[in-house]
Amino acid sequence: MAFIDTVRNCYQADLEAIKTAGLFKEERIIHSPQWSEIEVQFPVGAKIKKCINICANNYLGLSSHPDVIAAAHAGLDARGYGMSSVRFICGTQDIHRELESRLTEFLGTEDTLLFPSCMDANAGFFEACLKEQDVMIADRLVHASIVDGMRLCKAVQDTYKHSDMGHLEEKLQEHQDKRLRMIITDGVFSMDGDVAKLAEIVVLAEKYNAMVFVDDSHATGFIGRTGRGTHEHCDVFGKIDVITTTLGKALGGASGGCVSGRRELVELCRQRARPYLFSNAVAPVIVAGALKVMDLITASTDRRDKLEWNTRYWRGLLQDAGFDVKAGESPIVPVMLYNARLAQDFARDLFEEGIYAVGFFFPVVPKEQARIRTQLSAAHEKHHLDAAIAAFRKVGQKHGILGLGKKELMARYAA
Amino acid sequence: MDELTTVVRNYIMREYLEEGDDREITETTLLISGGIVDSFSMVSLKRFLEKKYSIRIPDADATPEAFDTVQRIAELVRRFQTVASSA
Repeated sequence: MAFIDTVRNCYQADLEAIKTAGLFKEERIIHSPQWSEIEVQFPVGAKIKKCINICANNYLGLSSHPDVIAAAHAGLDARGYGMSSVRFICGTQDIHRELESRLTEFLGTEDTLLFPSCMDANAGFFEACLKEQDVMIADRLVHASIVDGMRLCKAVQDTYKHSDMGHLEEKLQEHQDKRLRMIITDGVFSMDGDVAKLAEIVVLAEKYNAMVFVDDSHATGFIGRTGRGTHEHCDVFGKIDVITTTLGKALGGASGGCVSGRRELVELCRQRARPYLFSNAVAPVIVAGALKVMDLITASTDRRDKLEWNTRYWRGLLQDAGFDVKAGESPIVPVMLYNARLAQDFARDLFEEGIYAVGFFFPVVPKEQARIRTQLSAAHEKHHLDAAIAAFRKVGQKHGILGLGKKELMARYAA
Repeated sequence: MDELTTVVRNYIMREYLEEGDDREITETTLLISGGIVDSFSMVSLKRFLEKKYSIRIPDADATPEAFDTVQRIAELVRRFQTVASSA
């Protein structure tokens, strides 16, 4: 069919509707490596501006670490640029298996399979491992990729209220007639930064004979005393049946993800998971960089310790300045503004002050829960955070919101 | 509010409102477009209705629009109760 005017008009109307709803997304162009300080152009064609970045998933500051870059260069020379194949035809190199082994050891699981991304791992896992007679019971705030993966699977779907263990228990009781039960949660929730109650979840899983699935993308490498993840933090190491995680955040930030867990489940993914079967192997250069990341994070906890210090310091600064900050202990620190327009204006004003942060509002977060999501990194130095809080204070004063709680903020910006 | 509407409303309040959420749910409160129920967790409501009223709601009819208010949900249930009784 030709792309005739009526077809074009149809799509233009869709795009206009997105704009009218205030949901049109535009990319900001970065002219530097990913780091705590970046050079940003926004909008396209504007002058490039140097900013402090407080919205990257670069938790351990390894995205542009010289050792990782050097290892990636060496990997490029030794194993080439691309595989031109899926894993099971001619796309598996020794370094792919080596990285899977290292991840298995680090996460304390039985086996690991790399995927092109954690989005793909989540999209492929459920269909590969669960059937019509089974049930998936997910926390209502799990990542969108899990929602998509569950929709592709024929098992019965159910959800429980966010981190509500009483509600989860009701659901487990309701589904005792199913062949297999799987509780599904994020380890650290990406929008609120709170940690799943994994210890309680494991107790319920044992009581009601259910498996536990955790997406630990916002935890692997830095949550827990040695950075193993939420299961280490909650003292249930070795008791999680499936962990999916990403190389695209703390572990170098390039791309790639994995399913790690019970060996039968991992093997079923190798046999059946469509994103694994039908997309290329992770590029050798990324695998080589990730292996160096594994060396760095197992040799020392200095980076995750620094991240922990930065997180505590930043939370304190925000609270002292009078911002409404969501409670938590992860390096995701949401500054609550509640009103969508205010969140957008606030982010724009921060950018003017040289701080790169993003406002989130419905439908990404629930209505009346708009916020600026700040994210800490081990690449931040104290002076970055001091400069950032000065900008936050200035913008907060401009909008007259310092010291205001939810009710007062809602009242002021209700219109 | 008739019995069916009351049952649906009570289920929604119990299943979807967080503890401490004192929002009032009326027959015309927007549930999905109002951000109270999302399409991901809507499945449990569909399953509850099917079990409680011994009906089968085809996926094509279980749209976010049809589930957007207590009133519309009750209408949907009545429609399929009629289908079930005439089958």
